[in-house]
Amino acid sequence: MKGAAWAGTGAAALVLVLILGTLGAVLWRAEGGAGLTPSDWAAVRFTLVQAALSAAISVTLAIPVARALARRRFRGRGAIITLLGAPFILPVIVAVLGLLAVFGRNGLVSQGLVWAGLPPLQIYGLHGVVIAHVFLNLPLATRLLLQGWLAIPAERFRLAASLDLSTRDINRLLEAPMLRATVPGALMVIFLICTTSFAVALTLGGGPRATTVELAIYQAFRFDFDLGRAALLGLVQLAITCAAALIAFRVAVPMTMGGGLDREHRRWDVDAGWRRVVDAGWIAAAALFLILPMAMIALDGLPHLLVLPDVVWTAALRSLAVALASAALAIALALPMALAVWELRSRQGLSRGVEAIGYLSIAASPLVIGTGLFVLLFPVVDPATLALPVTALVNALMSLPFALRALVPAVAEVETSYGRLGDSLSLRGAARMRLLLLPRLRRPLGFAAGLAAALSMGDLGVIALFADPETATLPLQLYRLMGAYRMEDAAAAALLLVALSLALFWGFDRGGRANAEA
Amino acid sequence: MRHSLIAAGLIATLGAPALAETPVLTVYTYDSFITEWGPGPQVEAAFEETCGCDLRFVGAGDGAALLARLQLEGARTDADIVLGLDTNLTARAAETGLFAKHGIGEVAFDLPIAWEDEMFLPYDWGYFAFVHDTTRLEDAPADFRALGDSDVSLIIQDPRSSTPGLGLLLWVKAAYGEEAADVWASLADNIVTVTKGWSEAYGLFLEGEADMVLSYTTSPAYHLIAEEDPTKAAAPFDEGHYLQVEVAAAIASSDELELAQEFLRFMLTDGFQSVIPTTNWMYPAVIPDGGLPAGFETLITPETALIFAPGEAQAVRDAALQDWLTALSQ
Repeated sequence: MKGAAWAGTGAAALVLVLILGTLGAVLWRAEGGAGLTPSDWAAVRFTLVQAALSAAISVTLAIPVARALARRRFRGRGAIITLLGAPFILPVIVAVLGLLAVFGRNGLVSQGLVWAGLPPLQIYGLHGVVIAHVFLNLPLATRLLLQGWLAIPAERFRLAASLDLSTRDINRLLEAPMLRATVPGALMVIFLICTTSFAVALTLGGGPRATTVELAIYQAFRFDFDLGRAALLGLVQLAITCAAALIAFRVAVPMTMGGGLDREHRRWDVDAGWRRVVDAGWIAAAALFLILPMAMIALDGLPHLLVLPDVVWTAALRSLAVALASAALAIALALPMALAVWELRSRQGLSRGVEAIGYLSIAASPLVIGTGLFVLLFPVVDPATLALPVTALVNALMSLPFALRALVPAVAEVETSYGRLGDSLSLRGAARMRLLLLPRLRRPLGFAAGLAAALSMGDLGVIALFADPETATLPLQLYRLMGAYRMEDAAAAALLLVALSLALFWGFDRGGRANAEA
Repeated sequence: MRHSLIAAGLIATLGAPALAETPVLTVYTYDSFITEWGPGPQVEAAFEETCGCDLRFVGAGDGAALLARLQLEGARTDADIVLGLDTNLTARAAETGLFAKHGIGEVAFDLPIAWEDEMFLPYDWGYFAFVHDTTRLEDAPADFRALGDSDVSLIIQDPRSSTPGLGLLLWVKAAYGEEAADVWASLADNIVTVTKGWSEAYGLFLEGEADMVLSYTTSPAYHLIAEEDPTKAAAPFDEGHYLQVEVAAAIASSDELELAQEFLRFMLTDGFQSVIPTTNWMYPAVIPDGGLPAGFETLITPETALIFAPGEAQAVRDAALQDWLTALSQ
């Protein structure tokens, strides 16, 4: 499997070149610059504070929700797990409108409060930013932790049951070590996603107090046309990523659970009535919090769905193609990288380097990458002709961190548990891949591909910099409808977008779980 | 696969001379101009009828993003025309040295101000205004002071990322000068939130998140004409309203400079101007023979047009932004 190490290092190098290369290109085009201003540093501070709060609250809430989903079996559980993933893949503008339809000054909650003679909810402020980020990221945190729970072999729970261990003991012996291994990674990923927030932070933050680094980059690029400052701010974002990754690596302790037979999880210790009520409460609360804004989007969009103009449907087809290409690219990059992280484990620096590079793209500014690619491509080729391939590639980069988050622990798990068996059977190269790794990685692969496809579907990203009339994607078309006052059509396009993203995610994720119902 | 590549290459090289006979005129503009609902498709059809050319629109975000893109491309740009800058951007645009003089003599513009510019020609204009729903807000404030003293809620756009947002910044500065910071301080508690762009702000307003939203005096015309909804209105402000004039110019290094100038002349005729009111929802720079569409007569017509000259706008905006940031960050 030395080949895997090379392929993975190569993929990491490619990612690094894309991220640093584009940053370098922007810097190269810059004609001097004033450096960072005090308000830029204020933006850095606000970005760190809101991202840390958002990550901490998302993951804290995700623990009981994921635990409840892991140890309960009920009708519609699969559907809930899929639907819970939806907010994460929403385009920003749709998420904001959906959220405000529930929590805004004229939202459901405020209307209820006013009806009861109370003042309306005040959502705008730091707490609004955090609520929005929890709405967007709680599903991801829940999924990442749920993966962790499901990675505990079912035999461990059987053994625990036959030893008559209490729930508290199971928590101490099985669940706590699993959380110790997965929580730092989940915290880091969500922290990093929140560091690139811009429109959500500004809108729900209620004004320029909520200026993030990404908005500062936007200002440098658009208001001042100071490319040097834009690139410097891009570097600050990457530095934050590296620091967060280093901390997460230090804190996380690998899980060593041993192998199992992939049997379905069953718990005997949690049948007590009050535990059922608590779990049901967590699941219901999370579902209500996450699904209500989605339902408002659906209600808003339904009346115009069937009368949407043709260009919206063509844009939808185009977006589907981009999403599938992006999913394939993301897996083609992430799988070799995840294998390399394992293969190179004896050389810790290199192994962690490969993994850390995978996380860089999460916090790389889309505006910097897009501008950099534009600067690099423009002398060679008309950027508009490459709009769709470039969008697919950048989207694949953006979903790489999530794919790695799912694959790296899974590869380590498979290799720790079955690697020696594979070695003793001399399984190598393609055969090891086909017989040992791929079947056992189905679930994380399906999850990663689904997430990549869905994220790509909803991402406005770089297409806005490269677009011409013939290459509009569905999110861009949605913005265009809004820009042309057609808010009702836009609402219908948003519903279409959500439905297609969910279908893609469900399709891949389902495929990955096909023979292991859990 | 390889064969098809070779075939594609052959077609490209053999086909090229045949295509080259029709000159291509490339127009860079903002994204909303080229959409199905914007002026782009009708303008393209009308111009191609007479020009014997292929008119190609390329979209790039909004006006400021358009200029940034042009600055990135520099003299190697494929653009022959840039359409969609406004007077807040023309000074910076002129500094690039990329634009050609239009060479068009006196034009009888229907603008609220006199127009003299050797490079940039206006194609439409509008006033910024606060739009409200008359069924929800009956007595709209009549100036910024009254708005600041009232408890009317307001959504505005961020001047750092949005054209109307920057327009409001300059509006307050033009109306109040040294007192602009005071006005912003009094507005701070009316402002519900600040959004990245116009679409977010207008969407939130329609959802009922605030009583008023920063938009244009022409916004109610969309609701009236396209949706037969007469409930939206713009509030006339006694200080006057800030004017946005949208302009186009030819690129000096263009291979099709003559054709570009032909397009600029066409831009001021009915074939272009009559499309503007109900696609771009702005006033045409030269009112077409048929006049303005029915419904436009219901719009408010400010008595005072406020506007900074191009160089001035550039000079005052940094200090104005600082006032704004300070007042709204308290």
